[in-house]
Order: sequence, then structure tokens, then C-alpha cells
Amino acid sequence: MSLSALLRIPVILSCVVLLLLQSFLTRAELVIEITQGRASAIPISVVPFVWKVEGPEIEDVAAIIRSNLKLSGHFNTLSPTEMLSLPKTTADIYYRDWRLLKQDYVVIGSLSIDEGTKDYVATIELLDVFQKKTIMVHDARGDHSQLRAIAHYLSDKIYERLTGIPGAFSTRIAYVSTTMERKSFRLEVADADGYNAKSILQSSESIISPAWSPDGKRIAYVSFENDRSEIFIHDLDSGKRTLVANFKGINSSPRFSPDGRYLAATLSKDGNAEIYVLNLATGSWRRLTNHYAIDTEASWTPDSKAVLFTSSRSGKPQIYQVELATGEVERLTFEGNYNARAQMTHDGKYLILVHQMEQGGDFYIASLDLKRGSTQVLTGDTALDESPCISPNGSMILYAANFRGRTILAAVSVDGQVRHLLPAKTGEVREPSWGPILH
Amino acid sequence: MQFVNFGKSFALSIFFLALVGCSSDPKKSGSSSGGGSGSEVRADAAASGGISGSEGSGKAGGMPQMMKVYFDFDRSAIKSSARKTIEMHAKYMSMNNASRVILEGHCDERGTVEYNLALGERRANSVKRVLIANGVNPDQIETVSFGEERPAMPGHDESAWSKNRRVEFKYQN
Repeated sequence: MSLSALLRIPVILSCVVLLLLQSFLTRAELVIEITQGRASAIPISVVPFVWKVEGPEIEDVAAIIRSNLKLSGHFNTLSPTEMLSLPKTTADIYYRDWRLLKQDYVVIGSLSIDEGTKDYVATIELLDVFQKKTIMVHDARGDHSQLRAIAHYLSDKIYERLTGIPGAFSTRIAYVSTTMERKSFRLEVADADGYNAKSILQSSESIISPAWSPDGKRIAYVSFENDRSEIFIHDLDSGKRTLVANFKGINSSPRFSPDGRYLAATLSKDGNAEIYVLNLATGSWRRLTNHYAIDTEASWTPDSKAVLFTSSRSGKPQIYQVELATGEVERLTFEGNYNARAQMTHDGKYLILVHQMEQGGDFYIASLDLKRGSTQVLTGDTALDESPCISPNGSMILYAANFRGRTILAAVSVDGQVRHLLPAKTGEVREPSWGPILH
Repeated sequence: MQFVNFGKSFALSIFFLALVGCSSDPKKSGSSSGGGSGSEVRADAAASGGISGSEGSGKAGGMPQMMKVYFDFDRSAIKSSARKTIEMHAKYMSMNNASRVILEGHCDERGTVEYNLALGERRANSVKRVLIANGVNPDQIETVSFGEERPAMPGHDESAWSKNRRVEFKYQN
């Protein structure tokens, strides 16, 4: 081998490494680790599906459903290796076996091809072990690329049938991934289980505060690409970006109202951080707060009639609420040194917020019972907890935190019983936002 | 891993280049009475960390060497130790009417991202007020906040946090 050929090798090798690095970056998917489950979880077995399609099983739909149900914390799933039999139809079911395994419910299913439309069709039956009968039959169809979506849809149906709460497995999340050195930033959209991550924006500067529109078609966020904070609205189908706020000072914290008519945001164009509301139909801004202290982190009440915000008007950050119609301001938090970035649960009963009990203490995600006035700290495995967002079915909270020196996403149920960690496979992840339920 | 090492040595060489730039700089700025192209090098050197200039050493009319002032957690009040530095910048800026500065407000990573963005702006505004009170024309000053987005020091403890709660003077000419 000639010298020049030898010299060329490292160059080629480093190109390969670079390409690999890039492919990792474009697939900044999350890995979910369950750290704590619910003691009262319902035991359920999802039997491997009967694959009635020619060729290999390209997606284990039963395994995806099993994983979803387990992650919700409401269920304990049995591994197929522990099952005494793998029934294909209700005729194969021996309820006594499942009682022996202490299972309350069994799901059986199959995957076939619709000869007319060529769609994949997944059919499931949900069986009640105690009543010894089928309590739900459901099917879902789509092409081969939609098998995960089919699994999520069927998971939603099982979850709703057994808990009475709509499932959120078919929803999407947005978050910002970055290298450990924070030199490049990507706004990613992924399935709620961390799969199918796609970058919708790449930048050498920070991207923060992604917020979904209620129809799931747009994401508002703050980008520092022009060396200052500016608010953009990004259309997910077209990829088109609209700059909506680049006033003098800071432009931050965009949040769509649940009715889709307004965008609340923090602007300091009039000298100090205040909450403003943009009427999306007319494009006109209206100022909601007026105080020399910091007012930021707007978040809508579920009825779109009021905005919660963080204000330092008492000297420390605390949560306040301003009525859209009257402008009347009310303080909501009194316990703790630092309460910030609140979001109201869908039933209006709780605030989920970032909470520091006393000066110098750790920052946790907490819930405030608005009726009783009591604060419950929900997290504890992670440090520097921030940016909580409630799942659209109201059961889980996704947030960013530091874990063993790395910024990761983590999740906790609103009652604090279920905890997950969602680190990226590489680099760091922060600023999560959970999209709406669309079906 | 190779890339990480490369990045480190690259960062180090930049750092040394900055050091070289810094040590040769005082002579230049002494003769060019400040505000020249040399000032940019110094500002960069200060931004790369680890440079500790003594506050009193700036000659009359020369650009002050301290390019950062620090704050307490969740506070935007100017500490007495920072006031002296700001007053030196005020002196320099009022003697050099053509000088323009961007005051960059920053926070440590604790607390929430968006609150910190507002807090960073508040810190920059606090410094701006002291400059104006000391005779600087407001037109010479711009403010910007990066919140917790651009830490000066990595790390998740008070030694890093205390260096990240800051306002940086970034001269534009």
C-alpha cells in the first residue's frame, strides 16, 4: 500500500464516524426506564398476536401494547414467557390458567391483510378473567408504516375501557435535544413513547419553550438564532415558520389558548417582562399584566378564560392568575420559597409547578391542591426539575431534570406514584411539551 | 471520542490564543486610548473565562479589564463588589462617547427556563441603570438576556452557578 493510500484511511474513517454521529443526532430517540410503578396496578396479559400475514412479523404489535400499558403505571403486564398458554382465539382460553397467574384481564389479537384495500388489520379482544367473557372487541387498520400507530390506538382503547380515562399513547411530544457541550440544538417531534423522533428545526443557538397548538398542527417556540429571544410558530405539515414576536427586549413563553384563539407570551417591549395575549385572528397584541416585577410563564386555565403566570411581585417567584375579561389578579401559591411555571390540571383542581421549599433547597415538581391549599412534592429521583407539562389525558407529567450530571426528560404521574426516566440515547434533552389527543 | 479530544485541544488552543491576545493587548490599548480593535480581543478573552484582571489597573481613559459582574441567586440587585466595576465602565463610556456596549444578562441553571430569561434581562437593566446614573448616555447601551442558555462554566454546583449568574459587558467597537 502506498503512503498516500495509508494517509487517506484516517480521513475516510473520520468521515464514517461523522456520518454515524449525524445519524445518531437525527435519531435522538428517547429510552424509557421505569423507576417506580403503582402498587395497585391492574394485572393484564397481552398475548402475542397471531400473524396472519405472509412474510415475517415486521412489528410486534402486542409488545408495543404491553409496553404502553406498563408505562402508564395503571397496569402490570405479564411477559409471554410466563404465560401458561398462548391462546389464539377465545376458544383457546382457559380462564382457570389466567386466574392461577393472578391476571384480571387478557388481550388476544391477530394481524391480517384486508384483501380489498391491502391494509394491515389488527383485531383485539379484551377478556375479563373473573367474568369469563369478552368485554371489548376492537380493530384498527393502516399500511405497514402505521403498525406502531395501530398499536398505540389499540392501547388507547384498552386503557380507556379499563380506567375510564382516555389513552394518550397515540399523542406526540416535542422536546429540544442538544449535544453535551450545548453546541447544536434540535427541536424534535416524537411519538409519546419516544419513537419516530424527527427534527423539525436545527440551530447552533438555543431553542426553548415549545408549545403545541390545540389542533396539533403547529408548535410555537422561542429561538435564539438571531442572538436574542424571538417567538416563532412552526407549521408541522409544511415546515413553514412564522416570526410572531421580535420586539425590543425578551420575547418568550408562548402558549396557545385551549380554544385556539390566542397565544399568550412574555414581552418586555414596554420596559419590563409582562404577559401579553396575541389574538391569532387579528394579529393584535393586548397587555394582560402591569407590574414592575417579573411576570412570565403564562399558562391557560382549561376554559381559556384566565392565564396563570409566575411573578416576583412578592419578592420571590409565586403563581398568580389573571382573568382575561376583567384583568383581575389573584395570588395562588403561598407555600415554598420558589413556585414557577404552573399548569392547571384539566379538572381545574390542581396546579402542577416547579417548587423549591426553602432558600437553597432542591427544585422539584409538585402539585398544589387548590381547594385544600396543600402542596405535594411528586419527584425525588432527579435534580433541578423544570419545564413540567401535563399529558393531554391528565395522568402523567413530563419534565426536564438533571440525572447523574446529564439533562434528561423524566415523567411522573400526577399522584406521584409512577416515575420514569427518558434519557436520550446520546446527548441531552430538555424543554418537553406534550401534544393534544387527536382521535 | 476522537472528536471530543479534538474539540478539547481546539478549545485549549483558542484559549491560549486568547491569552496571548490578552497579554499583548494592554500595550496596544494604552497607545490607542481604548475603543480600538484591540478591545474586542480582550472582551473575548474575558468571556472565555479564567482571566482575572485587577480592577484598579486600567489607565485613565482605558477600557476596564473586568468584563463581568456577578449576582446572588434569583437577585438582580447590584452587589457592592460589582458597583466599582460598573462605575469604571461608566467612566470609560462617558469619556468615549463613541463606545457602544451590549449588556448580556445570564442566570444559573436553577429555577425555570423562562423565569430565568426574564431575570437575566432584569440583571442587565440593573447594570444599565447604574451606568446611566453615572453619566453614560442611554443610547450607548443595549441589553439582551440569554437566561440560563449560555453558561460561562459547565457544572451543576455553586462554583459553576456563581460564575453563571452574571452580566457581561460586550463592547461593539
